[in-house]
Amino acid sequence: MIDLSVSLPGLELKNPIMPASGCFGFGREYNQFYDLSKLGAIIMKAATGEERFGNETPRVAETAAGMLNAIGLQNPGVDKIIENEIPFLTPFSIPIIANVAGSTIEEYEKVVATLNQTNAISAIELNISCPNVKEGGIQFGMDPAMAKTVTEKVKAISNVPVYVKLSPNVSNIVEMATAIEDAGADGLSMINTLTGMQIHLPSRKPVIANKTGGLSGPAIKPIAIRMIYEVRQHVNIPIIGMGGIQSAEDVLEFLLAGADAVAVGTANFQNPLACPEIIDDLPTVLEKYQFQSVREATGGAHHG
Amino acid sequence: MIKKEWMKIVSVDKIAKDSYEMMLENEYISTHAVPGQFLHIAVPGHTLRRPISIAAVDKQAHTTTILFKTVGSGTETLVIYEIGTELDVLGPAGKGFPVENLHEGASVLLIGGGIGVPPIYFLATELKKRGITLQFILGFQSQAYMFYEKKFQSLGETVIVTDDGSYGEKGFVTDVIGHVAPFDRYYSCGPLPMLKAVKNKLPHIEGYLSFEERMGCGVGACFACVVPTNDQKGYKKICQDGPVFAADEVIL
Repeated sequence: MIDLSVSLPGLELKNPIMPASGCFGFGREYNQFYDLSKLGAIIMKAATGEERFGNETPRVAETAAGMLNAIGLQNPGVDKIIENEIPFLTPFSIPIIANVAGSTIEEYEKVVATLNQTNAISAIELNISCPNVKEGGIQFGMDPAMAKTVTEKVKAISNVPVYVKLSPNVSNIVEMATAIEDAGADGLSMINTLTGMQIHLPSRKPVIANKTGGLSGPAIKPIAIRMIYEVRQHVNIPIIGMGGIQSAEDVLEFLLAGADAVAVGTANFQNPLACPEIIDDLPTVLEKYQFQSVREATGGAHHG
Repeated sequence: MIKKEWMKIVSVDKIAKDSYEMMLENEYISTHAVPGQFLHIAVPGHTLRRPISIAAVDKQAHTTTILFKTVGSGTETLVIYEIGTELDVLGPAGKGFPVENLHEGASVLLIGGGIGVPPIYFLATELKKRGITLQFILGFQSQAYMFYEKKFQSLGETVIVTDDGSYGEKGFVTDVIGHVAPFDRYYSCGPLPMLKAVKNKLPHIEGYLSFEERMGCGVGACFACVVPTNDQKGYKKICQDGPVFAADEVIL
């Protein structure tokens, strides 16, 4: 019997698979396709202090082995998420992770303070890496000193463990990760999308209305693996890995690089059953490569 | 309810320049699809599915017909599949054209532009069964891109317009709206500038617009395809709440 369970700060996971923030809404749509209680956890779409309407359309474009998106953190605001979305998710009895975004440190603090009022959240994923809004927090994700400050402020008030989501759009990912670990983060979540652009030949204009968008999908997997591998060598806090995961083999690769659990994003769009299929396949893949558990595989690329 | 289904390709026919009619077999989809809904089709080697609207269903033969234009590598891949290939499809997706409150004998104008014409055809066949009087305005780039003219003519008075005047009237669909007989309601599907022009031309008539937009998930989770609305929420999701909306609820 292969043991898929993982124990992380605030998160007792029966398996290491969770849908990534922004790729799964608040779960309702995918619950039409399968029972969400099958998931290891769920990371909700980003919550901001107030309602946000997001960017103009088009907001997505397909690329080779991936896609660009610039949704712009559209969400109903933290109050409505607590009122309307979290009550839908709690009956599934899986850990709920709230992704928190903001334009200012005060907004991050406000969202976290509001989330403190509910006991339904198991952890926070601090989004300092959304590349698609002018003031969506990426300024905090590109400067180690600012990342440290916002992490410390949020850690000081949050009732639950805080995982900080890293941007790959930096010159030194290890410097960012260590600054965030020093600030007291309970874990890291990596990577967010890479900023990209696609130009439409007939109109000679960028396809996406926001001009730039975040690149996701299998195209970015080698970058995610490399960054997790490097960060694992320098930090001790757990890592939730993501970036182009499509299969149980991909999950194992992330575990070997140093991830403790993983999130599946873009693959949900291609196949709404991506998460449950990966969960079903994972024991066979672990067994094939001589692992008895997920925990045993984590960091495997660093041993010996 | 939307489901993930396998649909077998029964036939693929070129019906106009860059335009293909594909018949797919699947009992669940053909039984449940209503006019205005679409199929979200996976194309191997492509990250995103392709949303393609439904042009007809045959409930006895369990077939669903879609029409699409080859506009890139995804749709170009679709047309070279062999008959008998099974496609991975999410459907029927979205909500269709509201027709319940139309009384028998009512008169309706249907306006389609380009690849927005196919869902108008599905709607027309259903309205015809209900005894609704139909008139059509169909717009195409040029004669080479035109399809289904005779099929529409058998259902009602049909006016064709082309951008370059190579067939029918020259101009836009809105140029000829004033020439048709009075009608109680309109339905329209086509590119956004056309829908905007139609809505502005017919401000006091009940109308429904079906949108085309680049989509991500196609099920309402990713917020890629939204349209601003004048209700309290301020927006709607085209893939899930639409693609059909009342003309007076959307801000274009």
